[in-house]
Amino acid sequence: MRKGQNRFVAGFLLAPLALYLIFVIWPYLQTIGYSFTDWKGQSQSFSFVGLDNYKALFQDDVFLQAIWHNILFLVFIPVITILLALFFAFMVNAGGRGGAGGVQGVAGSRFYKIVYFFPQVLSLAIVAVLFGALYRSDSGGLLNGLLIKLGLVDGNNPIEWMNEPDLVLWCLMAVVVWHGVGFYLVLFSAAMQSIPKDIYEAALLDGASRTHTFFRVTLPLLWDTVQTAWVYLGIIAMDMFVLVSTMTQGTGYGGGPDHHSEVMANVMMRNFLYFGKSGYACAMGVVMLLLTLILSVVTLRATRRERIEF
Amino acid sequence: MGSTSAENNSPEGVGRRDLIKRSAALGLITVPTMSFLSACASGGGDDDNSGDKGTGKTSKDNPFGVKKGNGKLDVVVFKGGYGDDYAKAWEAAFDKKWGSKSAHTGTQEITGKLQPRFNGGNPPDIVDDSGAQQIKLDVLYKNGQLLDLAAVLDAPSIDDPSKKVRDTLIPGTLDPGLQGGKVVALNYIYTVWGLWYSGKLFKEKGWEVPKTWDDFLAICKDAKSQGVGGLAHQGKYPYYINVAIMDLIAKQGGLDAMKAIDNLDPKAFVGSDAAKAAIEAVYEVVEKGYLMAGTNGLTHTESQTRWNQYKAAFITCGSWLENEQLKQTPADFDMKFMPMPSLPGDKLPFEAIRAGSGEPFIIPAKAANLPEAQEFMRSMLSKEWSTLFAQKANSLTILKDGVSDGVQLRPGTQSTVEASKAAGSNSFNYLYPNWYSEMDVSIQNASNELMSKRIQPKEWLKRAQAAVDKAAKDPASKKNHRD
Repeated sequence: MRKGQNRFVAGFLLAPLALYLIFVIWPYLQTIGYSFTDWKGQSQSFSFVGLDNYKALFQDDVFLQAIWHNILFLVFIPVITILLALFFAFMVNAGGRGGAGGVQGVAGSRFYKIVYFFPQVLSLAIVAVLFGALYRSDSGGLLNGLLIKLGLVDGNNPIEWMNEPDLVLWCLMAVVVWHGVGFYLVLFSAAMQSIPKDIYEAALLDGASRTHTFFRVTLPLLWDTVQTAWVYLGIIAMDMFVLVSTMTQGTGYGGGPDHHSEVMANVMMRNFLYFGKSGYACAMGVVMLLLTLILSVVTLRATRRERIEF
Repeated sequence: MGSTSAENNSPEGVGRRDLIKRSAALGLITVPTMSFLSACASGGGDDDNSGDKGTGKTSKDNPFGVKKGNGKLDVVVFKGGYGDDYAKAWEAAFDKKWGSKSAHTGTQEITGKLQPRFNGGNPPDIVDDSGAQQIKLDVLYKNGQLLDLAAVLDAPSIDDPSKKVRDTLIPGTLDPGLQGGKVVALNYIYTVWGLWYSGKLFKEKGWEVPKTWDDFLAICKDAKSQGVGGLAHQGKYPYYINVAIMDLIAKQGGLDAMKAIDNLDPKAFVGSDAAKAAIEAVYEVVEKGYLMAGTNGLTHTESQTRWNQYKAAFITCGSWLENEQLKQTPADFDMKFMPMPSLPGDKLPFEAIRAGSGEPFIIPAKAANLPEAQEFMRSMLSKEWSTLFAQKANSLTILKDGVSDGVQLRPGTQSTVEASKAAGSNSFNYLYPNWYSEMDVSIQNASNELMSKRIQPKEWLKRAQAAVDKAAKDPASKKNHRD
């Protein structure tokens, strides 16, 4: 049995592997190839330009700014989302008053769980439209309308949320966090429920407070899930294309005002399709690939912990 | 017993959690680049020219030698504000005449649908390459994908075979289709750009059409005092306000100021008095608070709808506005067009307007059915098809006197007809947006900053000039020049 096992497994893996090679790996290789050319995107004629695209890339202020914005997203989106999700998940699962029944969530926790999950059901495109109405730059916008009614903002001079260089990134971040918290709440809830109740009960008997139980019991036992969440949120932070290209100011995939919300993906798309600098855009794609590769290695290394058995 | 170990040396192979983590890590690499890569993957197209079948005989009625019966034609049109009913009507007429079979595609996703076909060497036969997802013409041209339309334009006109097609068109309307000195795109719809207002609102408030910038500012001031915004623009897309700025420059400095920009003159903006006067005039509107509240962040539909609700006196737009706003415009709104008001010392008169053509139709150089495509385009420039278009899409075409009598036009369209008559030969049109996409976007960004009061006119001029200078550095720009 042991002898034929590899061949047996390979037989099953052949088709998916072939698909993966054709549709994932081969395009990667093509992109790397194109990144050394002056390909203009609409025909198969191009010439080889060596590393010119890469040299230009590191003098391209817009792209460098875009990398910086992605890094900002990378720092803030996972931290805020995970902290909020952890807090809510803890409250929903173990934050209630310890009664005779042992450990339980706050009152109405099942209801909260469902409500928090709602945003996840919506596609990003719909979320973008919703928040477009929320951030709208005149009194017709939800936020502006509210602030004007409350007298906090002058109706003749409303806050142009997506047109404020200092606000636009935070506005985008709020959308992502709102959209994501529910999902990670459910993910963390599931993980929390697999933690044996007796550990909590023991902690409570020893007189641990809620804060103590959270940091000494829940978090260490959830570490693997948090790590996974971090990687997934990292993916979102490195992308951000949908929201930036639909919600922000500017011609050709947004990114405005004046490049203040550019991310790598939309700068790449603008160069690829709008400016016809496709070879150059491919070089951007390769840089994105390298950065995400580094990121994933760092994330997995940095969050490694010793094993905890339970 | 569970385990949260990150390392798993057990002989069973990969643990479940490890698997999740690994696939997550892999996903981290894959997802952001995936969408892009799939767009990039080429089918290894062959660049053979499969066109030029030239099977039928050529004659004066059939200059491209379309063969009757079992011909084919693959038409792709942008299905936007004008819909695609007009194209279906054309195809039906074409099939009836030639016994051919037309394939119709109406879509907004021009790039998504056509880029693989251009790369694969099997493009459609005729394309209306428009909309937000158009494939930029300079890009297509640089890739050698566009047929020189000279043959169509020099063919005899259907209505009057003694004339060439190009002589039956409104002068200047072919210019936007120029790339490297050749007409490679037929911009079919006659468009004028300027300011728009509601005849009803003006009557109510007792405002006259402002002929000078001072009068314009006075109306804005009066409007503001009555709680109405002065000028609205489609701030999320700075394209619109940029048109207004550029029009002021052209009217102030005359055609030379315009050509300086198109020809990437080192003094197109910095050192140009016309540009300085124009941008300072626009900035005055911003500084005095005459913009409609929040307009800098609104999309085109939001902004235009606000204007339809009498929240602003003026809005900047091209003549597609009426069609785009059909549903939002109140019945008694009385939409009217006017040229940009004059600045002191303008070289062009008040009546001068940016007039040109939009909705570029192209024939791919590698189209499979070139004779049919060319004949189709020649037919588009007949009075019959032009009238079909006016009926189905409520807009004028570049054909001179191209609508049969008895076709009723809407008030806005009617006012553009009058404005363009009044302008006579005093019309102008910039070519740089079709030649230098990158420069266009950079200037638009600067305009957005100016409208938001984050930069001053001086800084705007510098940034616009920097964009021009950057475009001039590209060796490909040498091929474009206008006299």
